[in-house]
Amino acid sequence: MSNLNMNNLPEIDKSLLTPAKREGKISDKKLETKALGYFADAFKRFRKNKSSMVAAIIIILLLLFSILVPFVSPYDVTFRDGYYKTCLPRCEAFAWAGWDGCGKQTESQAGYDYYSSIGYELDDPSVEKVYGSFIDENTGKSYYNLYVNSYKKVGFVYCDLSEDEYIALKDYQNQTGIQVIYPMPANYKMDYMSVSNGANLWYELADESATTSGESAHHDENGNPIFVPKYKMSEKENAAKYDSLKLSSDTGADGLWYCYAVKNQTGYKVRVLYSEYYNYKNGTYASFLFGSNQHGQDIFVCLAIGARLSFILAISVSIINFIIGIIYGSIEGYYGGLADLIMERVSDVLNSVPFIVVATLFQLHLAQKVGPLVSLLFAFVATGWLGIAYRVRTQFYRFKNQEYILAARTLGARDGRLIFRHILPNSLGTIITGTILIIPGVIFSESMLSYLGIISLETSGLTSIGTMLSNGQSCISTFPHIIAFPAAFIALLEISFNLFGNGLRDAFNPTLRGSEE
Amino acid sequence: MRSNSGYMIKYVAKRLLLMVFTFFVIATICFVLIKLLPLPAIKEMGRDVEIILKRREAMGYNQPIMVQYVRYWSHVFKGDLGLGEQIYTGQEVTKVIFQKIPYTIVVNLYSILMAIPLGLSLGIYAALKKNKWQDSLISTAVMICISVPSYVYAFLVQYFICYKTGWFPLTASSREGVSFFSWQMFVSMFPAVLSLAFGTVAALCRFSRAELSEVLTGDYMLLARTKGLTKAQSITRHAMKLAMVPILPMLLGEFIGILGGSLVIENIFAIPGIGNLFVTSINLRDYNFYMALTLFYTLIDLVAALVIDLSYGFIDPRIKMGAK
Repeated sequence: MSNLNMNNLPEIDKSLLTPAKREGKISDKKLETKALGYFADAFKRFRKNKSSMVAAIIIILLLLFSILVPFVSPYDVTFRDGYYKTCLPRCEAFAWAGWDGCGKQTESQAGYDYYSSIGYELDDPSVEKVYGSFIDENTGKSYYNLYVNSYKKVGFVYCDLSEDEYIALKDYQNQTGIQVIYPMPANYKMDYMSVSNGANLWYELADESATTSGESAHHDENGNPIFVPKYKMSEKENAAKYDSLKLSSDTGADGLWYCYAVKNQTGYKVRVLYSEYYNYKNGTYASFLFGSNQHGQDIFVCLAIGARLSFILAISVSIINFIIGIIYGSIEGYYGGLADLIMERVSDVLNSVPFIVVATLFQLHLAQKVGPLVSLLFAFVATGWLGIAYRVRTQFYRFKNQEYILAARTLGARDGRLIFRHILPNSLGTIITGTILIIPGVIFSESMLSYLGIISLETSGLTSIGTMLSNGQSCISTFPHIIAFPAAFIALLEISFNLFGNGLRDAFNPTLRGSEE
Repeated sequence: MRSNSGYMIKYVAKRLLLMVFTFFVIATICFVLIKLLPLPAIKEMGRDVEIILKRREAMGYNQPIMVQYVRYWSHVFKGDLGLGEQIYTGQEVTKVIFQKIPYTIVVNLYSILMAIPLGLSLGIYAALKKNKWQDSLISTAVMICISVPSYVYAFLVQYFICYKTGWFPLTASSREGVSFFSWQMFVSMFPAVLSLAFGTVAALCRFSRAELSEVLTGDYMLLARTKGLTKAQSITRHAMKLAMVPILPMLLGEFIGILGGSLVIENIFAIPGIGNLFVTSINLRDYNFYMALTLFYTLIDLVAALVIDLSYGFIDPRIKMGAK
């Protein structure tokens, strides 16, 4: 104010001066065309970028997948089936295209016999097709190329039921007419335990002496095994010390009896057809769209839940980083000078710590107290905002000395108004792009850390893409499908985010306007 | 250059000091945070609890952190980073690290020796064919290769190249006594080398394409052509030279990065290198190894950043470092 009188003007009586009356609103002439805002313009130009649009749609689909699938799917992460392990992907609708849960296998004669015997009594063997056979030149043994259904491979299992469960299962059988409990092998009495794992070894190969031809008695001329039942007993019904469930068709014409359940201390041991038993227990037949892993988990739903976790983590990290970065960067860039110098040194130091060290330190200190996920979030936030702060600072240095800022300051705008109203909106485009590009980075780092076992989410009942990858890694040569789906998911996600980010960056850059056409 | 050298020395000294300062701050923070952690429980059978407790006492683990800190640095300057406790028990940390480094170096060296010619030539080719189908093909491939995480390549390489064909072992078996540059070693390391190379090739290709295509649009290129140089001459003599200014520092950075290696790739292919050691030390809570390798990685990052920055000044005569 003291400068006002620097020219030694004569003092003028203030009362002579009256402020000019402003009548009506003074405004610029209204634009004749429709005004196009910054974001509307960016969106318009983004839509023209085909690859980015495709990427955006893929990202939305992947997001929807991770949100919706856990609600729709009959399985969840805690679901573990003890028998349907490493099942191959199956989809009923696309079974004709090879998405049928069957896998190619090359087996010796004994293996072929074994897989043929599973389901033989149902006339529904696990071997769907034999598509070739060859004789090994060195050993002279024959091998078969089989197409084996990985779901039918489970076949029959032994199952211990309590009395109530057994009765309920019998009722279910009588009501629906679906047979779940099947007869047990005859040697139940001799060595109960030794066959406990061999519920599928139900038929044995035909005995050589029983045939008249003498040659290839076990197998017919094509090498197909000839089975004879192993379960017939010459015991009388009342001589057996078990409750037997007897279907009317099971009359032993030759006076032989079958046993359906063996009574033990806690209830009954029965031999069940697992697919039907599974249906009885879960109300649906087992079918895993992406197959199951070696713990018997459904990969489809695990992937969705793992991805959901990744998305939640990544999005919250990027929001927190966005806020911290903007505040830190604005202060640095706007005030400059000593504040900037000190704050820059702080970010220099933080920036030079390898991320893996940050992540492990947080993990070692906090994982016990707040859980692995939250400590991971802290680790990402600890150094993640640096990038945003750097961008913001650069933008501030670019804009803060421009004339319009000077004009605003002259009109009396305060620091807060200058920062949030005049400078930040100008740099919002690059900041938003930077924020969104944090997401794929976080997802990648999280999967890497959980893959390396540095964070273990499984103990807290969670799963993540990295955990699934390390699960699949151990059996990559035998069951590649376990690793293929999570790997494909993360690859698709990263590609889409990169394309999307590129498109976004171009769309938010007004200097590129008009250059695309 | 004469007037430049004064600034230069000052600038380099300033940057070096700053680097040392940053390194010390990080080392201090990490040291304190690691020392605040509880020591791993002595639960393994067959290990004498008395001896372990006595050794911890002798190592000064029961003293205040400040005392331990001073002690640590005085040992570090003598080249002693402590002894292994949970892994390589009783062995010197420095010795174990020096045993492991060659594996990491060999894998990464092969991978960048493979990646540099491939990446640069693809990038240059794409830049020369800009906006033609060859360029869009290369650019698309680069886009995909740069986005896909390296472990996904590793799985693909492991399944299709190692398992399906059987040409290479699934994991690199560490062969004791086999020379690091022998054919045998190369074969067992090849899958890891290949998986590492994908990303580097893509990054180099994108970078060199961007730089060269920017140079090619310059007016001096037009001048070179008007003064009678053929297209090939103008590109090799003028464009390439200029495009190399930012590319060379990047290559330098890659070479320093050799030492660090890749945690995931080493883990997947079971390469007994530094990265593997680091992950093991974290998972088994061996804090001496963890601290030593943290220092190691921090130092590599800092040195790489410094060298890249400074190399611009040496390579490009137009840049005067530190000049106001």
